[in-house]
Parts: sequence; C-alpha cells; structure tokens
Amino acid sequence: MSVQTLIYVPRDAAAVSVGANEIARRIEEEATERGLSVKIVRNGSRGALWLEPLVEVATSQGRVGYGPLVANDIASLFDSEFLDGGDHRLSLGPVDNLPWFAKQNRLTFARVGIVNPLSVSDYESHGGLVALRKALAMDPQAIIDEVTSSGLRGRGGAGFPAGIKWQTVLQTSSAQKYICCNADEGDSGTFADRMLMEGDPFTLIEGMVIAGLAVGATQGLIYIRSEYPDAIATMRDAILLAVEFKILGRNLLGSNREFEIEVRVGAGSYVCGEETAMLESLEGKRGVVRAKPPLPAIEGLFSKPTVINNVMTLASVPWIISNGSSAYQDFGTGRSRGTQVYQLGGNIAQGGIVELGMGVSLRELVDGFGGGTRTGRPVKTAQVGGPLGSYLPASSFDVSMDYEALLAIGGMLGHGGVVVFDDTVNMAKQARFAMDFCAEESCGKCTPCRVGSVRGVETIDKIIAGERRPENVELLLDLCEVMTDGSLCAMGGLTPLPVRSALEHFPTDFGLEPVLGGAHDATA
Amino acid sequence: MTLLRETDFGTPASQSTETIALFVDGIGVTVPVGTSVMRAASQAGLEVPKLCATDSLKAFGSCRLCVVEIDGKKGTPASCTTPCESGMVVHTQTPKVEKIRRGVMELYISDHPLDCLTCPANGDCELQDMAGVVGLRNVRYGYAGENHLESPTDHSNPYFDFDESKCIVCSRCVRACDEVQGTFALTIEGRGFASKVSPGGLNFLQSECVSCGACVQACPTSTLQEKSVVQLGLPTRSVLTTCAYCGVGCTFRAELRGDQLIRMVPAKSGQANEGHSCVKGRFAFGYASHPDRITKPMIRETTKDEWREVSWAEAITYAATRLKEVQAKHGDNSIGGITSSRCTNEEVFAVQKMIRAAFGNNNVDTCARVCHSPTGYGLSQTFGTSAGTQDFKSVESADVILLIGANPTDAHPVFASRMKRRLREGAQLIIIDPRRIDLVKSPHIKAANHLQLQPGTNVAVINAIANVIMTEQLYDQNFISDRCEDESFKRWFDFIIRPENSPEVVETLSGVSAENIRSAARLYGSAKNGAIYYGLGVTEHSQGSTMVMGMANLAMASGNLGREGVGVNPLRGQNNVQGACDMGSFPHEFSGYRHVSDDVVREQFERIWETKLQAEPGLRIPNMLDEAIAGRFKAIFIQGEDIAQSDPNVKHVKHGLASMELVIIQDLFINETAAFAHVFLPGTSFLEKDGTFTNAERRINRVRPVMAPKNGKQEWEIVSELAEALGYPMHYDNAAQIMDEIAQLTPTFQGVSFDLLDRVGSVQWPCNEANPLGTATMHIDKFVRGLGQFMETPYVPTDERTNRKFPLLLTTGRILSQYNVGAQTRRTENTIWHPEDILEIHESDAQLRGISDGSQVNIASRVGQTLLRAKISNRVPPGVVYTTFHHPISGANVITTDFSDWATNCPEYKVTAVEVRPASDNVQIEPEEVSPALVRMAKQIAESIPPQGDASRAIAGHLQKFWTAQMRAELSTYVASHQAEFSPELIVALERVH
Repeated sequence: MSVQTLIYVPRDAAAVSVGANEIARRIEEEATERGLSVKIVRNGSRGALWLEPLVEVATSQGRVGYGPLVANDIASLFDSEFLDGGDHRLSLGPVDNLPWFAKQNRLTFARVGIVNPLSVSDYESHGGLVALRKALAMDPQAIIDEVTSSGLRGRGGAGFPAGIKWQTVLQTSSAQKYICCNADEGDSGTFADRMLMEGDPFTLIEGMVIAGLAVGATQGLIYIRSEYPDAIATMRDAILLAVEFKILGRNLLGSNREFEIEVRVGAGSYVCGEETAMLESLEGKRGVVRAKPPLPAIEGLFSKPTVINNVMTLASVPWIISNGSSAYQDFGTGRSRGTQVYQLGGNIAQGGIVELGMGVSLRELVDGFGGGTRTGRPVKTAQVGGPLGSYLPASSFDVSMDYEALLAIGGMLGHGGVVVFDDTVNMAKQARFAMDFCAEESCGKCTPCRVGSVRGVETIDKIIAGERRPENVELLLDLCEVMTDGSLCAMGGLTPLPVRSALEHFPTDFGLEPVLGGAHDATA
Repeated sequence: MTLLRETDFGTPASQSTETIALFVDGIGVTVPVGTSVMRAASQAGLEVPKLCATDSLKAFGSCRLCVVEIDGKKGTPASCTTPCESGMVVHTQTPKVEKIRRGVMELYISDHPLDCLTCPANGDCELQDMAGVVGLRNVRYGYAGENHLESPTDHSNPYFDFDESKCIVCSRCVRACDEVQGTFALTIEGRGFASKVSPGGLNFLQSECVSCGACVQACPTSTLQEKSVVQLGLPTRSVLTTCAYCGVGCTFRAELRGDQLIRMVPAKSGQANEGHSCVKGRFAFGYASHPDRITKPMIRETTKDEWREVSWAEAITYAATRLKEVQAKHGDNSIGGITSSRCTNEEVFAVQKMIRAAFGNNNVDTCARVCHSPTGYGLSQTFGTSAGTQDFKSVESADVILLIGANPTDAHPVFASRMKRRLREGAQLIIIDPRRIDLVKSPHIKAANHLQLQPGTNVAVINAIANVIMTEQLYDQNFISDRCEDESFKRWFDFIIRPENSPEVVETLSGVSAENIRSAARLYGSAKNGAIYYGLGVTEHSQGSTMVMGMANLAMASGNLGREGVGVNPLRGQNNVQGACDMGSFPHEFSGYRHVSDDVVREQFERIWETKLQAEPGLRIPNMLDEAIAGRFKAIFIQGEDIAQSDPNVKHVKHGLASMELVIIQDLFINETAAFAHVFLPGTSFLEKDGTFTNAERRINRVRPVMAPKNGKQEWEIVSELAEALGYPMHYDNAAQIMDEIAQLTPTFQGVSFDLLDRVGSVQWPCNEANPLGTATMHIDKFVRGLGQFMETPYVPTDERTNRKFPLLLTTGRILSQYNVGAQTRRTENTIWHPEDILEIHESDAQLRGISDGSQVNIASRVGQTLLRAKISNRVPPGVVYTTFHHPISGANVITTDFSDWATNCPEYKVTAVEVRPASDNVQIEPEEVSPALVRMAKQIAESIPPQGDASRAIAGHLQKFWTAQMRAELSTYVASHQAEFSPELIVALERVH
C-alpha cells in the first residue's frame, strides 16, 4: 500500500445537508475500488457555504480544495488524481490562498474546518490548550484583567463587556457559581455558534474552563437549541473526551482545579435565547423572562452568581489568553474591539462565515465577500442582527459593521448575522413577518409583547389592505413605541426595529407615499 | 363601618434595617434598602399604576404599567422590579410613561370583555381602576382582533369560579399559589398570546388546588371570583374578626352587605396569617346560617321525651332548678361542667367561674383534656409555662425544623404555608411521623429525614436523638450551664446516655434505623436555629406528657430556646384551646395556671368573686364519666363540645352520659351528645360572638360580632343568667368587662383589654407592665420557672399492644377540608372533598385480608367496632392503619380506647390495636376485659413519672396535685387488697398522701 492520503470531508450539518456524507462514502468506495489508501477526516466546515460540499486533500502544496461537489463528481476527481492535488473542473487550488479566506482574520474560527473536531491531539497541535495552561498559572483577577483589556464584548448581541460581567461574578461571593454558555442560536441567518460547536468544540470548552477559573465557578452548562442535534452530539462527545484528557473534571491538566460541563437542550423556544429565560429553562421551568435586577451575575442560575456568555464570546477567550489582550485589541474599531464572526445568508451568492476585525463595511460583506445576490438581481436591503434587526437599505451599506455605528443608524449588530434580500421583496410583508415572529415566539409574560405583537400583525394587515391607512400607521408607530419602551426584554423591545425600518425606508411597499423614506440617519 | 381596604404597596416590605433616601416626584422619602421604587412611591403617597404587582408577592414586572423615569437611568424601568438607590430622583408621571401606560392599557382592553356593568367585579376591579387612572379613552385596535372572549368559565370549585375570558395573564394567581400557599397547583400554559392560567388536569376541582383562596385574593379582575359575589353582589361593609377553626387564629375581614355575609377575606394586618387563609376559614362559614342551627332554648324531662322550645327565662330556671335538685340529693360535688375551646376567652371564663363559684366545686374541665393537656403539663414542668415558646413568624428564622406528630398542611394550613416558604428558602426538615405526610415530599420540599416510627414509640425516638446529641457532643454547654438546673441536668444526662436510649436499641423498638436517627440528631444538633413543632401525634399517647418533656429536654440541651427561629411549639388544634386552658378550665388550676390549693391565689379569687372556693382539684372529663357510671356524678353542663363523638371509647362516654340525671348542653346544633341532654341552650357562632380567642402562639385576637346573635344572647350572658338563677350574682354589661376581670385576676393577662386590642390589633401573653405590648418569644433571658428543668423521660410502652387478635395499629388524624367532629364543615360545601372517613391501609395488609381499594371493611378494637371504606395507601407503613373522625356515622372513636396519658388523661387516640376485615366477613369480635381505669393510671404514673431523685415523693405529689380525694381513696382501697400488683414506690406514695 502506498502512502495514506488525508482527505477532509466536512461533517458540519450545512455540508451534510448538501450531500457531504454521500461524498465521503463515495470517496471511500472509489478509493477501495482503485486500491488507493486514503484516510477521510470529517472536519468542520471552513465556512464557505457556497462551496459545500468542499473536499480538501492534504498535499505537499497544502490543502487543495474541490467544490461544490456532487456525488457523481467523485469518479472524475480520482481520474484527475486529486489525491495529489490534480486539476479538476471544481478544483479551487490551495484553499488558504483563496482570497475569500485570505482576506479574513480567523481568530475565533482559526481551527474550524481545519481540525478533526473530536481529536484532542489535533486540537493541541493547532494551538489548543495553550491558553488553559497559561490561565491555570494566572490568578483570577489577572485572567479577568486580560479579558477586560482585550475589549471583548458580548457576541450574543447585547455587546456588554465580558470582563466587567466576569468581574461582578468574581466579586460576588458564593460557594457555588456557574458558567452558562448560551448556544440557543435562534436568530434566522445565524450559524456561527453551531459551526464552532460542530467544528471546534474544544475551543468552547477551553473558553468555559478559563471563565470558570476566572470567576471561581466549577460548573458549566451549555444550553443548545434542540434544532442543533449535530452540535449537541459533538459537544457531548467532546466533553467526554475532555474529561478523559483532564481538560475537564477534577485536577484540570494535573492542577488541583476543577471544572465540569453539562449540555442542556432547549425545547424550541426562541425566547430562551434571552439570558434570563434561558436560566428559567435551565432550572426546569417555563422559559419566561425574568425582570432585572437582580443581574444574573449576582443572582443567576438557581439564584447563584452566573456568567452567561454566548458561544462566540467564550470561544474568543482562548485566543485572547494565548495571544494577549493587546493582540486582540489590534483588531476592530472604536469601542468595538477584536473580530466579529459575520454570517452571510439569505439571497447571497457567497454565503458563509466571514471573520474580520470589527468595522468592515456592510457593502464589503454583501458585495465583496458575498458577491451580491444569488438571484443576480439588485440588492434591496439587508437585515443585520437577526429577526429583530433593522432592515438597512442598500443606500446605507457603507455603514461600519460595529456596535456603535449600526446603533447610530437605528440598527444593531446583534449576533452578526446578515440576511440579504433582492428587489423582489415586499417590505410590508417583512414587517408583518417581524410582528408575527414576535407573536409566535413571545413568552407571553409582558403585555406589550404578548398582546402587542398580535395587534401589530392585525394593524399591518389593515395597512396593507388599505384600511384607514394614516390612522393605522400612527397606531402602528404608537404600538412600536409601547413595545420598545415597555417590553420586559429584547424580544418585544426590538421587534419594532425591523417594522419601523421597513416602514421608514420602504413606505411604498405599505401603499404609502414615499415621504417617510430617505433619511437613514433618522433615529428609528 | 364601611368596607375596609388595605393599602397595597405593590411589593413586599424589605426586612433591611439600613435606610436610604430618594425623591419621588419631588417628595423626599426614606425607605429600607431593598425597597422597590413602587413601594417607595406608595409610601410617599404616590400610587404608581400597577396590575401584576401586589405586596404579598415578589415583584414580577410583567404588566408594564408601573414604568417610571429615573434621572440618570436609561429608558423606562418598571418601578416594581427596580430597587431604590440612595439619592435617586424618580418621576412617576411624565408624558413618556403616560403614553406607555395608556398604550399598554389599550392592548389589555382590546382583549377584554366590555361587560363592566354586569361584571361581578364591577367596582372591585383593578383593571377597571387602572383604565380610569391612565385615562384610556379609546381602543383603536377595535375588538374584532384575535381574543379570548369566548373562553369558558370553570365552575367546578364549590366556592369560586374561574372565568378565563377575563384573565389578563398577570400570573398573580399562579404566583400566589407558589409563593404564598406553596402548593404549585397553577401554572401558565402555552406561550405568547395563547398563554393562559391552568390548574392542570381537568379543572380546579380535579387539580392539586387546595382552595385556600390565595389565587382568588390575588386576582385583580373577576377571573377568579367568589361564587357568593357572583350570586349576591359586592359587600359594602366589613368587620375585622378572627377565624374560629384551628389554632392558627387567622384574622379575617368579614365582608357584608347589611347583615348578609358575602365573603371572608384574610387580612394582611393579621399577624398570625399575614393575609393568607385556608379553605375552611376562607370559605367554610356557611354552617353559621345552616337550617340545622338551633336558635331557641329547649328542654325535656327525660331523654325519651320530645324537645320543647321554651323561653330563655324558662330554660334557665329549669336548668337551675334541676341542678340544685341534683346537688341537694347527691351533694355539692355531684355536678360539674366542661368548657369549650371553640368559645371565646370570656365565655370560657364565665363557665369556669360559674362552676367554681356557683356550683361551688372544681369539677371543671375542657376539651383540651383530649388534645394538648400533656403540653400544659410537660412545658410547665420543664420551662414553667404552659404554652408554645415562639410566635409563628419565628419559623422564618429556623434553619432546621423538627416536625413531630403533626400534619400542618392539613391541620394548620396557613402556618404550614409559612413553614413551607422557609423550607423553600433552604431550611432543613426532619419529620417524625408513622405516616408519610405530604411534607415528606411535596413540590420544592423534601424532608431530609423521615423517621417513620411505630405508633407509640415517640419517647424512645426522642430519647435516642437526645442520646446522640449528648454522646456526640452536639449539645450547647453554655446554655445548659447558664440557663438550666445543674442537678436536673446531671440526673438527666446519666439517664439519657444509658445504652437503652441509644439509636441502636431504639431501632428495635421503633422500627427507625439507627442511622436515620443519628443523621436526624446530627442535623438538629448542629443547626444554628433548630425549631420543634408538634401536634397531637405527640400528646395523644399514654406517654404524651413524657414526650413533651423529652422535646423540651432536647431543646434545652441543644440551646434552642429563647430567641427567634427556635423553640418548642405546639400546633394547637382548636381556635381557642390555648385560651380555654389559660382561662382556668382545668380542675386543678385557676386562670394563668395557678393551682387551686395556692392559698394566696385562691384568696384573691375569693375576694373578687365574693365567695368561698374549694382548695381541692376537681374531676377531669374521664373521671366525671367514671364517677357518673359509679353513680356519684349526676349532672353536667357542656359548653360547645360533642363528647359523644370526639372523645374516645364512645360506648363508655355514652354510658357515663346516660347515667346522669341532668345534661345541659350549649351548642349550635343537635349533636351526638344532645341525645343524652335535658336542656339545650342555643349558642352563638363565631360570627355573632364578641370577645377574644388566643391562638397557638399565645396571641390574643379580637372576635367581633359580624351579625346579631341568632339566639338573641351572647353565650356569656346565658351562663351569667344561669349562675344568677343558681343564686350567685354574676352580672356583666359586656364582654370587655369579663376581660377586665380576667386581667385583674391573671398576671399574664394583666395588661390586656379590648381597648388595647382594638388599638394594636393583637398581643401575645404575657402582656403586663414588663411587656405592655405582649411577648413574642418566651424564656429569652431566663425561663418562666427560673432555671430550665431537665426531666427524666423513661420510655414506658403503652398497655395497648397488638396481638394475634388485634394485629394492626390504628392511628387517627385530620384532613384539610374537614374540621374536628365536622359539626361545622359537614354543613358546608367542603364535603365535596371528604364526603366520608376513609381507612388507609397498606397494600400488604390489605392483600393479606382480601381487602380491595374502596371496599367496606369492619374495623374492630378491644372496645368496639365500626364500618369504614378502605383505601389502599402506601402513606401508612405495613402494620399501621389510619383514619379521620370527621363524620359521626363512621364512629372512629367507637374503637379508640380510654387508655390515656399517665399525667393528664389525654386519650391515646393515636394508638389502638385493631383488626380489619372485609365487611362481608361479618365477624363479631369480642371486646376484652381491661383493669379499672384508675388502677391502670396509677401503674402508669408509677412507671412514667420522672422520679427527680425520690420516686415515691414524685408520685405522691402528682396524686395530690391532679387527683381528687375521692379518687385517691378509691385507689388506696384497691391497692390494699391487691398489694402484690403495685410497685413499692406507689405504695409508699399512697401512705405519704394520707
């Protein structure tokens, strides 16, 4: 037998959904048939979703990619001697050299798509555990200082400085504290958490252990939405391995420190991505939002001090500790430091993960990385920050994709999702969808959200139907104000963002005169 | 009086002692740290609109009406969930918040029936009020949108309706069920617009709901509404009064329209209940106007004659004449009476005064004889006073709760809710009970230890716990040295460390594993604050008094006395059982627990009452019955008690009653005892009474007349008139005068008057110059008796034993919806929950006997037998069966024996050896012979009495203090001819007595 060739076929759910498992099977069969020795590594996805299934072959020139493949391409791949990086119709050359990747700053996603997600040695040989070893030698305050000075802010959407949150938990004395990782990635058009959990689970584990060391917590929980069965399975497998390799459990890496992680699965409620509703759910109760104060950092899970961070936030920590806060600070703009894992989706030609220092323009993401719409029609709008984010008209795409700049034009960065629409979209229907989504997902606790969302749908229907339009538009705007100012959490509080931005920028879709639109800088 | 409305501050008071100052709408206000902005505003007289907030529940923040603006803070925070900060500047009325509130209200009303004028809550609806307050003028959404207007109404509960169409999903009912009641019966089902309140299961009746009324109380709309309000309309006036069911003594606002009682609403001002209630107090008052009520006096020559309604004058003259005839014929001591724990202090005081002064003897006893007399004895011996040591609030500071022979969720539900709240906060619970009561495991509560002992082995188990505490050095040496009698401690210490008291030995007696006993002992012994609560499962035993002393020893040894969160606390059964005891209802004691032989005390009573009083103790209830059968006791006055149902060995009771020439009863209904009566004096229900009740925490609460007496007279008036007809002047103008006399004659009541109670609400005795507002915690720096006295508590098994003929042990208890003999609750809708008494039997015992679930069984003891329906239940261990005694037809007390506590004669209701057979077997079980009661008692005393050095002296002292001369003489006669049966100590004691 000749030398065994490493072939990477992603196991990521996005790749599998377009046939990656079949590809892997066919490669295996084809190789056997041809008497070739191959080893297939089921890696995560590298995030260029439009190239999936993307197969990579380890060659002397590096990892050469082929994609997007269909099963029938396999025989021709072998014919093209792809095991040696041979040329093929779908050959992409060395993947790292593709401008789409080369232009990115992959810090958090550095290993996603590269490593075998369930190999500790692979993880370690790609820089894993450096941070944990370092952190075990640091005192808690020093870890927190490092995170604070990195400028890392909550990547779940709220953008609250992670170090300050950790500091509060550190300073709240309690025999029991918790690290809760929010992996209830419910925003439409977002998938970074899932891809990291499926593609590089140890990074999240390492980040959580470091958070535990920093604040004095010994128990971690990862709350994963039930719609992510692959991520749940991968995380659970990774946790078992981590225990085996003493990355978790008692005597972490031979120290006398301990930390444990458990995966908990959501039950299909969007609002459980809201941190306090997630705590309720973790406690086994109905997923309804709690009023704050008390802050979860002081009275969180089971009333104990609790760090609640998003997957991306915690997964950024190992890089920060390994490379130092100032290296992380070097990325970003203004008060938005470090990188953001942008997720390009919707009607887009080149969707996927784009990790870049904060501050890239939306235009660069949509037109540059994204390559415009998939349909080829003109871009009409992009919704940034999930289903509760504003619809930004194409004319505003020069906005810098950071927390402050988006806020200034009535938008929000949220979890970094960008959903692109072409000019066929009807924005009145999108506004209605926003209210309907809220009505569907509202936990029902507070009145503005519970009743308001239903009335919102009805009022938009009346506007669309042309029923007393001026009065109903006024009523809709009043309702938006009540929901924004009166709702208990961001669910009802942010639903008006897509509604008002649609109304403001695209009044004609509502059958109104084009008077409201135009000014993007108007506070919505 | 108009309708009382209690201020709702929106959120609970903060317990912090530290204060901060802030400004609300320009008004400076100082509040404890942790106070919400809403409460601070309310305190400043500025009501912030609210719907989901109410001060009995934690802030929730869902309605969004209470939003405010705060300088320097972003947005419009909800004032209910925002804590005050020092220097905060709050604005409760700004254009922004006004717009939000109106917008929120517009949303509410867009999904609410517009039937205000025909709604039961019209005029008593917070939604209506808030719509007015926020100035809602228009609902621009219209009413054609999605809504809940067609949602059904659940009428299943007998007392309240649940009209879903009116629900605003504020969750107040759900939170009240969780936080206040602790039952967790309600939840919100669904999410978003589909969210709705759900009792789980089919409907409220089929759910876990215990009908405490907390949800109805909490509901801001007409969603949860009393049926009485639906049917009759809203009340217009209220009277603040005290519940007449259990010993918790809840304060209620009786809400009326004219003299029609519409509803009873628990008062937040009530310190025993703090705004909470149970199904009995809240709803089961219908008996007061039940057609069975007797409102006219009746007499008859013999019990074979028909009752004849007569005038008050005739009835009283008739009763007095016949009493005098009996005394003339059989001697002054041939008559006596029983006071009622259901009546007011003033009524009880009047009866015992009539007996002592007008009957001229001390033959007075009270129904406490059959419940907590051992508490009186045991706590007097050890601490020096005959009552619980704490107030109810104390449980909020307890860290470990030792619950013995009590089932508070059924019998003392409102206190149980307070206890459960503390348990949910993390306090640990140890339960000693043969049954798996609900508290062993219920939502969010799990007992750390359940010592499921054999009935009758309490003393062995408590001794074993003390043994562990002493041998494992878990005791409080400082408390023992500083606060207790050294000599008694040493004697007790030597006794308790004996191997017979070790958990390993006790395991064989009690069936509780040594490990379980040790673990419970360690938990209680290591607690910062360990509190003991107990019920009739402690007292109603042959060793009831020993057990009370055993618990007192334990509390002293572990230093768990004299502060908040600790103590030894009887959960007393009847509304005024504490008061009835305090008022001098026992044959050997004047009010305030002073022995009748105490010359100084007696002379004071003689001076004020202007008559000579006997210095010898009189007869106890069982002695009265024995004496009646013996032909020496001939007439009895029974105030509000149905001894022919409630007392043990009913056959014996009936025999005693039938042997009397005259039985006078004062009651609301024709009861079982009335069958033996010649004079029926109609009494008053608590809704008609004017007086005071004293609850289990020594709290003296006012009972105010809600309506005129249906019989035309207060009960104390009837008693006074009877006394006067007997030739003893005993006139009072009103009940307040009686309390004044009680205060004058009773040191612990010295400061009590109706004036004081009306002013401050309630006080806990002792209330005197030293404690003008009463005493919450007893024995703070020293015990009432000075130093605490440890008492040796040998475990003497009851004579009531199982054998081949009677292999099972029956223990009795109560159920939530029924009360005692059921005279009241059986005359209300409460019967829906408990239409009959049920025999709980373990699966294995049932199988062995071929008994199926729900079948009729015959249950027989040495003294009698009756029929009950069986329920196969693993709440009882094998070998133990359980039933209640709420229904006369089941006659549970036909089978209970007249075995009783050695010290106090409290009957052993909790242990009866029985056999159970399918009713179809039709087996007659022969009763067994037992030795005379007096002899049995004497033997028990000789075995059980803590010798405290000299056994014969202790026995002699006991016989002198509690027995009548007649009883002692009778015993001596018997002993003289049966010397060999008796211990030398008893024989010496009898010689000493003579």
